[in-house]
Amino acid sequence: MAARKGAAKSNTSREELLSYYREMLLIRRFEEKAGQLYGMGLIGGFCHLYIGQEAVVVGLEAAAEEGDKRITSYRDHGHMLACGMDPKGVMAELTGREGGLSKGKGGSMHMFSKEKHFYGGHGIVGAQVPLGAGLAFADKYKGNGRVTFAYFGDGAANQGQVYETFNMAALWKLPVIFVIENNQYAMGTAQKRSTSTPELHTRGLAFGIAGETVDGMDVLAVKAAGEKAVAACRAGNGPYILEVMTYRYRGHSMSDPAKYRTREEVQKMRDERDAIEHVRELLIQGKHATEDDLKAIDKDIKAIVNEAAEFSKESPEPALSELWTDIYA
Amino acid sequence: MATEILMPALSPTMEEGKLAKWLVKEGDKVTSGQIIAEIETDKATMEFEAVDEGTVGRILVAEGAEGVKVNTPIAVLVEEGESVSAAPAPVATPVAAAAPAPTPAAAPVAAAPVAAPAAPVADGSPDWPAGTPMKTMTVREALREAMAEEMTRDEDVYLMGEEVGEYQGAYKISQGLLDQFGDKRVIDTPITEHGFAGIAVGSAMAGLRPIVEFMTFNFAMQAIDQIINSAAKTLYMSGGQMGCPIVFRGPNGAAARVAAQHSQDYAAWYAQIPGLKVVMPYSAADAKGLLKTAIRDANPVIFLENEILYGRSFEVPDLPDFTIPFGKARVWREGTDVTLVSFGIGMSHTLDAADKLAAEGISAEVIDLRTLRPIDYDTVIASVMKTNRCVTVEEGWPVASIGNHLSATIMERAFDWLDAPVINCTGKDVPMPYAANLEKLALVTSDEVVAAAKKVTYR
Repeated sequence: MAARKGAAKSNTSREELLSYYREMLLIRRFEEKAGQLYGMGLIGGFCHLYIGQEAVVVGLEAAAEEGDKRITSYRDHGHMLACGMDPKGVMAELTGREGGLSKGKGGSMHMFSKEKHFYGGHGIVGAQVPLGAGLAFADKYKGNGRVTFAYFGDGAANQGQVYETFNMAALWKLPVIFVIENNQYAMGTAQKRSTSTPELHTRGLAFGIAGETVDGMDVLAVKAAGEKAVAACRAGNGPYILEVMTYRYRGHSMSDPAKYRTREEVQKMRDERDAIEHVRELLIQGKHATEDDLKAIDKDIKAIVNEAAEFSKESPEPALSELWTDIYA
Repeated sequence: MATEILMPALSPTMEEGKLAKWLVKEGDKVTSGQIIAEIETDKATMEFEAVDEGTVGRILVAEGAEGVKVNTPIAVLVEEGESVSAAPAPVATPVAAAAPAPTPAAAPVAAAPVAAPAAPVADGSPDWPAGTPMKTMTVREALREAMAEEMTRDEDVYLMGEEVGEYQGAYKISQGLLDQFGDKRVIDTPITEHGFAGIAVGSAMAGLRPIVEFMTFNFAMQAIDQIINSAAKTLYMSGGQMGCPIVFRGPNGAAARVAAQHSQDYAAWYAQIPGLKVVMPYSAADAKGLLKTAIRDANPVIFLENEILYGRSFEVPDLPDFTIPFGKARVWREGTDVTLVSFGIGMSHTLDAADKLAAEGISAEVIDLRTLRPIDYDTVIASVMKTNRCVTVEEGWPVASIGNHLSATIMERAFDWLDAPVINCTGKDVPMPYAANLEKLALVTSDEVVAAAKKVTYR
């Protein structure tokens, strides 16, 4: 992997680096396994993998405090794992089983955890943006000092409801961080073909919302930017926009033939900009860990993912009576 | 240990495909994520990545093989140090999937639990105790009082919408609430229904109890994705974890001379959605008692009001905490010859028609459904079993109307009791015209109800 600026002179502690490495690797291995289970027909429907974008959620989770909320789109597995939701429950939801976080009734795109303050998992592009501002509205109403991370993609950034929300969030000074995960493709449409002005972090300027862009393949940079955004939000300054430049290695969903970009483009990102390799390099070069240490972590992660996969296969399909439950509270 | 690589399913519907190209050969090392093959489905050529690391021990299905079934082993990976020859021998032709995906439960499940009791029992209990002191009140005042009482009762209840605060409500429903509760709880929004409905739904998911006022329900179409996809479905999609206690309320249906975009009845639209509750009151007592119930409900409630009814006065029980349960129709008038079923503004025409019918010696029983989800089927069926004839009345369009649904239910549950086909009186199947004479023609009238009642009673 090509050296990147500042790679060797990080002040980040060994423990922190190791935890980022673990968490990002968990997401990657989990997603690879999900892809495999999809291939075997155990996961159905739509399945949007987060491979390549791991540093975004792992960096931002490192900037969050207990009680802060998060909400995202349908590319949500990484967010759930990063906020501590059980990989077994996530995988079993993907396979549509009773042990899934939504009892098998939500699927890949629709999972939630009150305990981890994760509010979904939303399948309609952009819908989670006003919902996220609503979570922040509730926090402000209750005066509890919490902030919300409302994640959406560069595709959703062109949705009308996003701008309605920017207006109200700024007007009412809602403690919400709008995280634009810019992976450069809205499904198969490259950003330059869908978006009149590419600098998405400036999209809030008309509403008086500050924004910045950050390298989403560098978990330390994401964390630093996240901390700044959280501090601004918690201080009562209203919303903040973080445009996180990232890249998805896999297709939009499992049935994406990826004809809109070259194999070389994807390979170049993997080879030169991979977020996990970056942390791996910091760990090795900084003599924080040996190859053997990292191999041991890889093994642990593999075991966690395999356990989740086994659970997701063994957990039974939901009882037929479940068809009729949870329609009304 | 050797790991089999299986032919992957690369779309929700793929059952077999062509192994177009191998990008690795036997003996090659692969890493997870590496593209190892190209596979052609009926839709596209897809790249196939390795999940596990290892060395390609054997390639079991040769390049160019067509009709390779999903889950057929196509190659074997061996681990470091493992001998390649340990891998199983190649198979000549693609074999059928060894482990087919679990098939979805095929057992048919009975349709919605509308068990058909032979003789349904209508809940005829009174909405308030006999002897309760009454006061005269408009629907407008009743709605305002319901909100004020519930906001006093629960700090988490707030009102949001266009002109609900300083303007005192576009139709004056929220008059005085800003002064009483302050701008933290009575919130004027910009004219952006999609956005503020979404914000309100999000706040409900986080535990607040919003009342969203749409200036009219016509504008709620801008927000209908948040109402249906976010508010109504989340509880189910979360396996019961994440509820959404919220009320969407405002005037619905035709007002007067505001033409097509501002004159539409959404009763049937929302009544179709599992996860929503739908209320459409006629009287002031029902407006008050049902709105209080709606605000306390743990689910999203669509509360359809009517501009023309806002100023009408009714007797309302003078009780400190008066609520009406959902799913309980009200029999306004008992009768023996024909059952007239309506709700909301339709009740106005229906009661008028019942008076006219009585003058001609036809005794009509008049039922106000009050809530459209849940619907009190038992009261309707019990009445039809008594009168053997039924006319439904609503302002909405005829296709897929509430009346259509009632007709089907009556046919299923009381077919043998019917002495005539059920007639649905509805608005006409046209966009609402502006011209006064045409608008009048487009709306359902009491004369049409009278004619229908005569037809089913063969008079």
